[in-house]
Amino acid sequence: MKLEMRDQPGQLVAALQPISAVGGNIIAVIHQRETPAATETLDVQIVLELPEGRLSRLLELLREQGVSVVRIDEERLLYECTLIMIGHLMHTDLSDTVDRIDMTGSAEVTELSLVMPAISSPSSARITIRSTTREEMKKAIRILRSVAEQKDLLIIEPLEGA
Amino acid sequence: MRIAILGFGSVGRGIARAILAKNLDITVTGLADSRSGIIDPAGIDLEAALSRKDNGGPCGSLDVTPADVVAKADYDVLVEVTPTNVDDGEPALGHIRGALRRGKHVVTSNKGPIALAYPELRDLAATNGVFLRYEATVCGAIPLIHAMKEGLAGNTISRLYGVFNGTCNYILTRMAEDGLTYEQALAEARELGYAEADPTYDVEGIDAGIKLVILANTVLDMRTTLDDVERTGITLLTPEALRLAEDQDCTIRLIGEIVPEAGVLRVSPRIIAKSHPLVVEGTLNAVTVETDLAGDLTFIGKGAGSVETASAVIGDLLYIRDRHVQGS
Ligand SMILES: NC(=O)c1ccc[n+]([C@@H]2O[C@H](COP(=O)([O-])OP(=O)(O)OC[C@H]3O[C@@H](n4cnc5c(N)ncnc54)[C@H](OP(=O)(O)O)[C@@H]3O)[C@@H](O)[C@H]2O)c1
Repeated sequence: MKLEMRDQPGQLVAALQPISAVGGNIIAVIHQRETPAATETLDVQIVLELPEGRLSRLLELLREQGVSVVRIDEERLLYECTLIMIGHLMHTDLSDTVDRIDMTGSAEVTELSLVMPAISSPSSARITIRSTTREEMKKAIRILRSVAEQKDLLIIEPLEGA
Repeated sequence: MRIAILGFGSVGRGIARAILAKNLDITVTGLADSRSGIIDPAGIDLEAALSRKDNGGPCGSLDVTPADVVAKADYDVLVEVTPTNVDDGEPALGHIRGALRRGKHVVTSNKGPIALAYPELRDLAATNGVFLRYEATVCGAIPLIHAMKEGLAGNTISRLYGVFNGTCNYILTRMAEDGLTYEQALAEARELGYAEADPTYDVEGIDAGIKLVILANTVLDMRTTLDDVERTGITLLTPEALRLAEDQDCTIRLIGEIVPEAGVLRVSPRIIAKSHPLVVEGTLNAVTVETDLAGDLTFIGKGAGSVETASAVIGDLLYIRDRHVQGS
């Protein structure tokens, strides 16, 4: 999520405190000139992660602090899909498999359960992917399929998509 | 109605038993297995033929061939129930062509000829003014083709998916229930007669794939072959994978799926909620059809078995009798 606000003296500090109060996690604070020709006013953009359902409480707290929020850009990982992988998951670099999905930026692996029955026999893993859009989920699954083909893994997809 | 039966195995004998047990007004005037045949215009003694077969003998006389029965016997409908050949459909394909050219209706449970040559056979039947029916080729006793062609005529089918292979469903059910390995569950299926000595055709999804090709080509106006089916079997599945699915109230089943608009035909193991209507036990088959007018329909029933498959063949025979065959 991105919050944009006017950079008036004291506003930034006033904004940061409520974010941590509602359990948010600040990823970046970016100062940017609003328009090239503009005066001395700066915009501040705060990129943060927020647990589900805390946004309205945060906005309330920000208002109480006198911070004016110009724009909210919300991105939610709305879509979830759980798949099962079978094969030599460790020998074929499981973290690389996960990275290839995370690298998309718009889909990420949020859960992984791995069962390794015995050395040299294939292991099985359940992998949960979350993404912002259905398209991104399809893309992530396509990536996983092609990685599986390269690494000779079996991917079991759900009957119903994301 | 007079019929000739090619093939006197599980399905052929199931048909004979049903004819003997019920008053279906069907007379069998020709019969053949792989090495013998009988032609008798007055009607073959099925009881005697069954007992010859049960004693390990041929069903008829060694100097009558299946081709003789097709060409010379006096019948209204040829019932072709010999083994499926997915490579060229022979010799069944030649026998079916022969009967259609003679102006005889054909009913078959044999997937090979229908999957490989449906457009040609359909046109040949039309030219000769006879019926070609094949309900038993897909999901045994479930009248899926009839339901889609007649009952759902006028609907657009957007997607069709289900459990098309009882052997795989049995193996996966056992792996999920008792944590058996694939090899253990397969051995058990073999012992119970649910799996062949060479299970490749079932466990690699070929059987399910052919059924999808039949539905695509005969009901959904597609032109497909087995090569068009994206196919993954169940041989690599682990008990751990089933347990990981189980942890989320899901299981794994081999699902065949057709999405006509996207041109997708696919057979693969899929994760599916245990509460889903397609999660059927043992050797059952189950198919969901998504339509525009009727909504979603799910069919569940026995996909194989002697008398169960005979039921589909007899349904086709009586359909033809009620519409075409005069006298008997
Ligand atoms: N069984 C089922 O539940 C089921 C369900 C749906 C569809 N089907 C299909 O129905 C067909 C028959 O299945 P089935 O289970 O009855 O098979 P089966 O038990 O193996 O019986 C096949 C019969 O065909 C005979 N045969 C083999 N080659 C022949 C030839 N060239 N000419 C004439 N007869 C020949 C065999 O002769 P011998 O007796 O001399 O060996 C046997 O009597 C197959 O295409 C199968 O895919 C079966």
